[in-house]
Amino acid sequence: MNDSVALLQLRGLEKSYAGHSILSGFDLTIFDGEFFTLLGPSGCGKTTILNMIAGMEMPDAGSIVLLGNDISQVPAEKRPINTVFQSYALFPHMTVFDNVAFGLRMQGVEKKQIKPRVLEALEMVQLAHLADRKPAQLSGGQQQRVAIARAVVNQPKVLLLDESLSALDYKLRQQMQLELKRLQRKLGITFIYVTHDQEEALSMSDRILVMHQGKVQQLGTPRQIYENPANLFVARFIGEINQLDGEIVSVDGDHTYDVKVEGLQWTLKAQHNFTAGDKVHVLLRPEDLRVEYIDDFHASQYLVGTVVERNYKGKTLDSLIRLGSGIEVLASEFFNEDDPSFDYRPNQKVALKWVPGWEVVMPAEKSEVAA
Amino acid sequence: MRIFSKLYIALILSLIYLPMFVLVINSFNQSKYGIKWGGFTTSWYTKLFNNDGLIQAALNSLTVSVIAATAATVIGTLAAVALHRYQFKGKALLSSMVFVAMLTPEIVMAIALLIVFISLGITLGFISLVIAHITFCLPFVIVAVYARLKEFDMRMLNAAKDLGASELRIFIEIILPLILPAVISGWLLSFTLSLDDVIVSAFVTGPGYEILPLKVYSMVKVGVSPEVNAISTLLLVVSLTIVIISQLLIRKDKTQ
Repeated sequence: MNDSVALLQLRGLEKSYAGHSILSGFDLTIFDGEFFTLLGPSGCGKTTILNMIAGMEMPDAGSIVLLGNDISQVPAEKRPINTVFQSYALFPHMTVFDNVAFGLRMQGVEKKQIKPRVLEALEMVQLAHLADRKPAQLSGGQQQRVAIARAVVNQPKVLLLDESLSALDYKLRQQMQLELKRLQRKLGITFIYVTHDQEEALSMSDRILVMHQGKVQQLGTPRQIYENPANLFVARFIGEINQLDGEIVSVDGDHTYDVKVEGLQWTLKAQHNFTAGDKVHVLLRPEDLRVEYIDDFHASQYLVGTVVERNYKGKTLDSLIRLGSGIEVLASEFFNEDDPSFDYRPNQKVALKWVPGWEVVMPAEKSEVAA
Repeated sequence: MRIFSKLYIALILSLIYLPMFVLVINSFNQSKYGIKWGGFTTSWYTKLFNNDGLIQAALNSLTVSVIAATAATVIGTLAAVALHRYQFKGKALLSSMVFVAMLTPEIVMAIALLIVFISLGITLGFISLVIAHITFCLPFVIVAVYARLKEFDMRMLNAAKDLGASELRIFIEIILPLILPAVISGWLLSFTLSLDDVIVSAFVTGPGYEILPLKVYSMVKVGVSPEVNAISTLLLVVSLTIVIISQLLIRKDKTQ
């Protein structure tokens, strides 16, 4: 990934349907060769952005700049951008070979160059042996690969993927995630992936843009977004999270605060600036929490609660624990059958601890958006 | 119960096909009045092919039907694609008008067309016949092609556009191959509708241009001659062939 080259710039994009604004003043810069993901629930505007980049929809205002050229008025068929559609949208009357060759033929590529290029693209997605089949004779995963080959054979500057894996079953989806990532590295083409699946976004992307109701919630690497969510929406949308309410007691120094949570006082680090008396949320990922026997510790230093439920999940053991204030938190621990501490029973009193610094402290949000 | 249902089916089938069967037999019957079997003959067919007026009317009919069916198919196909693909003002009105045109009593359409031709000063004859036949065939083509278009996931047209295809290339390379069976059956349907139309044709044709159904009709007025049986048998063969062709097309399409 070459950070210094801005490949695609969206500037002040506006779009509304029937007077209802979908996007307004939307800016985004995408770098050459990166795997970029637009992540958000349905209706957040991510597909509209994708359609505008592809040229299927025209922005009401603003510009789309590709390598220094404004392409906002260029029709879709003339843009060096290709799309892998959610429904694959393969041509049912053509063979796999003809499907992949279609883009090259439309561009007027010389006939004798078409065959090697198509076969190379099919080779890349391991489908060269099925070149003579019709799409209806292929499995979902194979059709998906044809759709990818059909797009990348044109050597686009940007490849757009619209929820491209959502029609596949879980196992195949995971396999395709790996394949897509590998393909992207090999080709060096910039991928813009649209999805509502946070797991997909985290595992494939170089950078993720989290959106909600047409607004940018957070832009960052998967790690930044998971470990330091910018707001409650991002925190809840990306994985499971426990939310505790607290209040700043005093400022201890640079981004270090004494915070009162669940009737106890903690020294916590935070990215935000707070003053004493501020209401805050303390967020903890289930996998960062450890459940321990209460008599191993001085109860006053740890959160104390009772076990409500235990769910065996195979690789993890999930415990739902009710704290003194009535809030229920989820702790997810890797299963270790030799560890006696896994023998908790419902209604047992336990202590909850976590590695200091793994918590996220953010200002309390009054009007909370449901994730 | 099984016997009863079989009898029932036999009754219905004989109601439909017995008259036709009698007609076909009679076209080979030496006895002129067709009341009793007078021996096998093909003389009525020979007589038929020697009847210049009848042959001319048949050729006229074929000319009108081929031109009208072809024109209706081209216009109807484009109209169906436009109705399916593009958003424009009056689209809903236009698509419901298609059905209105289909359900309009033929006599109403015949009078309406006659008024149009007279007020535009179009001489009644070949031209007026062709225009009239295109008009009543058009809705059938539109409906057939439109139904076919609705079967496909037309997001593939966006994919074609995305891959650099112009509207014309999309039509030629994607839409046309997919709807071809419907286009062909639309043509065949138009051809048969046009070939045996009596009511509209009777109103809009002129004395100088005689077509087969009208000629047959005028012949029958003086009694059903064995020649009429012969020409009807030939027409039956033509329409059966067309039905078989369109059924084969549909079946081939389904197995694909």
